[in-house]
Order: sequence, then structure tokens, then C-alpha cells
Amino acid sequence: MKKIALIIQREYLSRVKKKSFIIMTFLGPLLIAAMYAFAIFLAVNSEDLSDKKKIVVCDETNTLSNIIKSNTQYEFEFSTLSLASLKSNFDSSGNSYLLYIPQKSKNFEGVQLYSDKQPSLAIVKYIEDQLENTLSDQKLAEKGISKKIISELDFDLNIETIRFTEEGEQDGNTSASYMIGMFSSILIYMFIFLYGVQVMRGVIEEKNNRIVEVLISSVKPFQLMMGKIVGIALVGLTQFALWVILTSAITGIIGQKFAQDKSKLMSIEKTIESNNSEKNEPAIAAGEVLNALSTINYPLVIGCFLFYFLGGYLLYSALFAAIGSAVDSESETQQFMMPVTIPLIFSFIISTSTVVNNPDGPVAFWLSLIPLSSPIVMMVRLPFGVPTWEIITSMLLLIAGFFGTVWLAAKIYRTGILMVGKKTSWKEIGKWIFYKN
Amino acid sequence: MLSIRSVIKDYENHRALNSVSMEIPKGSVFGLLGPNGAGKTSLIRIINQITKADSGEIYFKDEKLQEKHISSIGYLPEERGLYKKMGVADQIVYLAQLKGLSKHEAEKRAKAWFERLEMKSWWNKNVEDLSKGMQQKVQFVATVIHQPELLILDEPFSGFDPINAEMIKNEFLNLNQQGTTIIFSSHRMESVEELCSHIAILNLSEKMLEGKVSDIRKQYSKNCFEITYNNAESIDLNGSSAFQSIGNANIKEGKFVQEIQLNAGFQINDAIAFLMPKIKFNGIKEIIPSINEIFIDQVKNA
Repeated sequence: MKKIALIIQREYLSRVKKKSFIIMTFLGPLLIAAMYAFAIFLAVNSEDLSDKKKIVVCDETNTLSNIIKSNTQYEFEFSTLSLASLKSNFDSSGNSYLLYIPQKSKNFEGVQLYSDKQPSLAIVKYIEDQLENTLSDQKLAEKGISKKIISELDFDLNIETIRFTEEGEQDGNTSASYMIGMFSSILIYMFIFLYGVQVMRGVIEEKNNRIVEVLISSVKPFQLMMGKIVGIALVGLTQFALWVILTSAITGIIGQKFAQDKSKLMSIEKTIESNNSEKNEPAIAAGEVLNALSTINYPLVIGCFLFYFLGGYLLYSALFAAIGSAVDSESETQQFMMPVTIPLIFSFIISTSTVVNNPDGPVAFWLSLIPLSSPIVMMVRLPFGVPTWEIITSMLLLIAGFFGTVWLAAKIYRTGILMVGKKTSWKEIGKWIFYKN
Repeated sequence: MLSIRSVIKDYENHRALNSVSMEIPKGSVFGLLGPNGAGKTSLIRIINQITKADSGEIYFKDEKLQEKHISSIGYLPEERGLYKKMGVADQIVYLAQLKGLSKHEAEKRAKAWFERLEMKSWWNKNVEDLSKGMQQKVQFVATVIHQPELLILDEPFSGFDPINAEMIKNEFLNLNQQGTTIIFSSHRMESVEELCSHIAILNLSEKMLEGKVSDIRKQYSKNCFEITYNNAESIDLNGSSAFQSIGNANIKEGKFVQEIQLNAGFQINDAIAFLMPKIKFNGIKEIIPSINEIFIDQVKNA
């Protein structure tokens, strides 16, 4: 045990002292904060940033000048000139688009938008929306339905979800669950990848430096492998904790600065809300989300997060260590990386699509039990509520899976680290597993 | 010190050690010799408990070899290196701690070694800033810092420049005089035979011979002598029942040199008595076979 502690200490200190670690620790939150600031800046200033686009309209029906309206981004100008002359003058006119509505168009068929560049989706959508609304208004009016009735039809529903739990009925919020689940699984996925690969690099480094034989004359290969895995896990946790602290500090400062300009913030909220309602998506007020966030069982979610965070990392990093031991350089790792990264990427993709949409379906159920995918998938399911027995089974299976992979990896590792200058094949790795010491 | 008894090690499709036994006496400098692939490194790794023997036993000071003996053994592998991006002193202290020294003790001893080998200015440097020769000195210190009772050196002089090799060799011999038992392993037999008090030769996974260097030489000596004489012309030395000459006389620095072999039951005195009236003696010298010659001889006869 004392030797493992020494190895953990070396792995930890040698990485934490590195310049790249210190730079990443401070740069990471700055980058996140910078992105955050940039997003706010864009939201506040987007109207000033983009030039107003001028659109000249050749309306042969002469009925639309009151219907197609200019807004903050697009300015429509109705022209009486013919299409041919507008076309020939387009280059010198300074207009960005030329909209042509033919005289005999029924239901606006044959409408054309000319421009010298491929028009953006936004303007096409804007014009289409306006014309579609006009059409539907016309049709409804023809059937004798007034505008007043139509405006009464504009509902904005927000279903309240309530879960039966042991503490009685509780407000649930699908969006909040979704956010928490996705956020945790992205973090776990990133952590496994970033630090699992570091374990692999560390093993290759020791092999390349030729120090490994010196080391294993003092410690058991298993101790060396576990010391490295745990040491790097601690590096990851340190970096992660520092990021959380620094990011919240920096974003807190930025948030305060912007809060002084309350009117601007309000206008941002408004534009966000109006954008949402335009797309017919239910707008979630910030307060509502906060309210829902407070209903989530945090001790359970945080406890499980830490468990799956570490469990997933330990399981995968053992496999990464085995890969590192089987090769002489990083360029040779490709063929062995595939079978390890595929379950990881697969479970990430499935959890962000299938699982999040149907957190109690059979795919979600099975993937949250299989140790290779459970760390990522279970975290997505958890905020939606998972039966206790499933969580316990999944955790036990992950522990068993961890011991299984460590056992397997240790067998590959202890043979692999002494193989220098040989190209390793899958077949050989298979044989190593069955070697006696 | 170390007793190896009927050790067998099998790899997938060949046997690396076939029932190898040997005794390594305390305080000896033991040469483990043999061509590449003979099984030397396999045996050394078993002694270092890096791998296990399939059968057979090893005793360290009359105790069955076990984990606690690791701290009594120092090992300099053939494939040796250091962490490139780690400080020299940190590294030595770390490796010493892994062998069971306390941090304080490790630092104290490292300082003493650095002073002795004139490496003090490297203390805070990174390994990657050192030359290859300097790195080898660091490796040497890391190998011996825990004062092992048994030192195992696998091809110790490969890659050393002559000055460092000489210095390191003297340090090893110095340690030996203080009581450390040393196992040298090499495929270059001539490189270690002058250092070794005992040797064992491995070939094709089996031990071919083992013993004191002087005994082995005596055992394999063919009773050959080199006679140098100073006559005007070469003389036919045959005609005695005590010996026969081998080949013709060579001329070396204006003198004739003739190799003779004694016949069984005769002493060199018999030959001298016969030759005395015939030639003007310049010198006589026994031809002692080198370990290399013995080895080649053995392989041919096997």
C-alpha cells in the first residue's frame, strides 16, 4: 500500500506541477467565461452588429405592401418598376435581395427571391412565414372567421408534470431533468476520454523511457498500473474542482457587471422569449427552471454523479493502460483504441438521443446496466427518476465490471510493458491474458 | 547468498530455462554468461520477482525468495532509463523510496553519492538536460542507493563510454569489497571475465558449466605452453615422449615462438629438461584458455 501511495503521489505531483496543467486550469475558466461574455455581448448588440438588409419587392399583385412588413433586420421597399428593369439595375441599386411576386400567382406560387449570394435561411423563412400567414388569414376570412377569433386560438400551454415519489407528489420539470442529465453525462464522457488517454500516454512514456523494468523490480506491475490510474484521477478531480471554483467566480463577476445594466438584460430576456414563441416552443421562464431545479433530489444525483464519474473512469482507464502497455508509441495505438472508444462514443450518442427521449425504454434500461455504458447512460436517466433496485444493480455491475477490466488489463499490462520493439497483434494480446506470471 | 534450484521457465513455444541450478556464493562477483537468447534475462527477471518460474525454487540467504527481499536487491536492467521530465534528485529519491528507504534517508544518501561522483551541480536539473553518460551515472546511483546485498547488472557496460565504464566498474568492485554480492550478466564473455570470481555459462536454455573462474580454467587447460627461444634458426623440438609441438614455430620480434602440449603423466619440468640442451631459452608461459575459448569449445562439443 505504501508503494502505491508513493506512485500516486509521483503521478499526481509530476502532472500538477506541469506548466500545461497550470495554464489549462486558468485558461479553461477564462475560455468558458469569455464564451459566456461573448454570448451576452452578441445578444445585446446583435441588432447593431448586422447591417439592415434591403429588399426591393416587385409586387405585380399590388396587394402586399401592407402585409409584408419591415423589421429590425429586413427593410422591404415596394417598387413600381418592372421586374426586367429591377433586374438590370440590381447591381447598382445597393439592394441585397429582389423579391418577385408574379401577378397571376395563386397561393403565391412562383414567388422568386433574387440575390447575388445564396440567401440566408432566415430571410427565406421570414418571407415564407409572412406569406403563409397572409394566406391562412385570407382563407379563414373567406370562411367567415374573424381575426379576433384567430387571435383567441393562439394558446401557449405549459404542462405541469408531477411525479409520485416517496415524499408525496412533487413538481417535476422535464427540461430541468434533461439539462442536468445531459450536463452530467457530457462531463463524464469528457473526463473518461481526457484522462483515460493520459493514463495510456503515461504507460507508453514509461515504456519508451525504459524505466519500467527498473520500476517493476521494486513494485508489482499491478501496483504501478493502479497508482498511475488513481494518481491521474486525482489530477482530473483537482482540475475539475478548480474549474468549477474559478468559473463560478469569473462568471459571477461578469454577471454582476451586466446586471448593472438591467434594461439591457431585460431586453435580452424578451428577445429570447419572443424568439421562442415565434418557433412555437414553450418558453420556460428562468424562475420556473430554478423552481424545478430545486425539486431534484440533489444528494442522490450528486452522489451518483461522483460514483459513475469515478467508476466509469476507473473502468475505461484500466483498458487504456492495457492499450498503452501493448504498444511502443502513440501512433500504434489506433487499432487497439477502436474497441475501447466505440462503446464510449456509442453510449454517448445513444444517451443524447434515444435515452433522453425515452428514459424508461428498454434501450435505456439495458444500457444503464451494462458497465461499459452505464456511467454515461444512467446519469441521463437519473434526474427523470429511476427505481432504486435498478440503480443498485447498475452500481454493483459497474463495480464488478471495474474489477473485471482491471484484472484483464493487469494481465495484459504486466506482459506488455516488457515487450519492447515488437509489433503486437490482437492474437498476441489474447495469449497474454492466459499467461501464467 | 543465492541458490537457484532446478528452475524451469516456459514461454509460449519455447523453454527459456531448462532445469537450471546454480549457487552464487556470498561476496562473489558472479558472471552470468551466454550468447543472446540463452536465458540470462529470463533468469534475472525471475530473481527480481518480475516474473515467476514455472517450477523450481530460489533461496535468498537460505530463505525462500519472497517479496521482502526486493529491498535487498539492486537491479540495473539491460533496457534501462529514467523519467525524462523529472528532476534528477527527485527521481533518485523516488526510486529509493520504492525500495523502502524513508524520504529523509534517501535524500541524505543521494547527496553523499552526488558528492562522491562529482554530480552535485545536477541536483536540480531535469534528466532530459543531461548527456547520456551523465544519465548512466544517475542510473548507477539509483541502483545502489538502498545498499543492496545483491546487485544484478544486466549487460552493465553496453552504451557506456570508456571513462564512465571504468569509473562505474571501479565503483562496483568497491561495493564488492564492502561485501556486496554482484551478478554480472553479459553475452560478451571477455568483457567481464577479468572481473568475475565465479561464472556460469548458459547456452540454449541450459547451464553448461559453473564454478570458480580459476578452477574452470584449470579444468579446461589443455596443458599447453608457449616456448620462446633465441636461436639463429628454428629448431625441430620433437623427439621427447613428454610433449609434442603444435604447428610450426612463429617468429615474433626476432624470436621463435613454439606451442607445445604436454602428454598425459608428464610435467613441464620434463619438457624443460629435454629442451634445455637444445635451445637458448627466452621464456616459457602456460597458455590459459579464455572463457570465450572454453565456451566456444563447449558449444562445439555439445
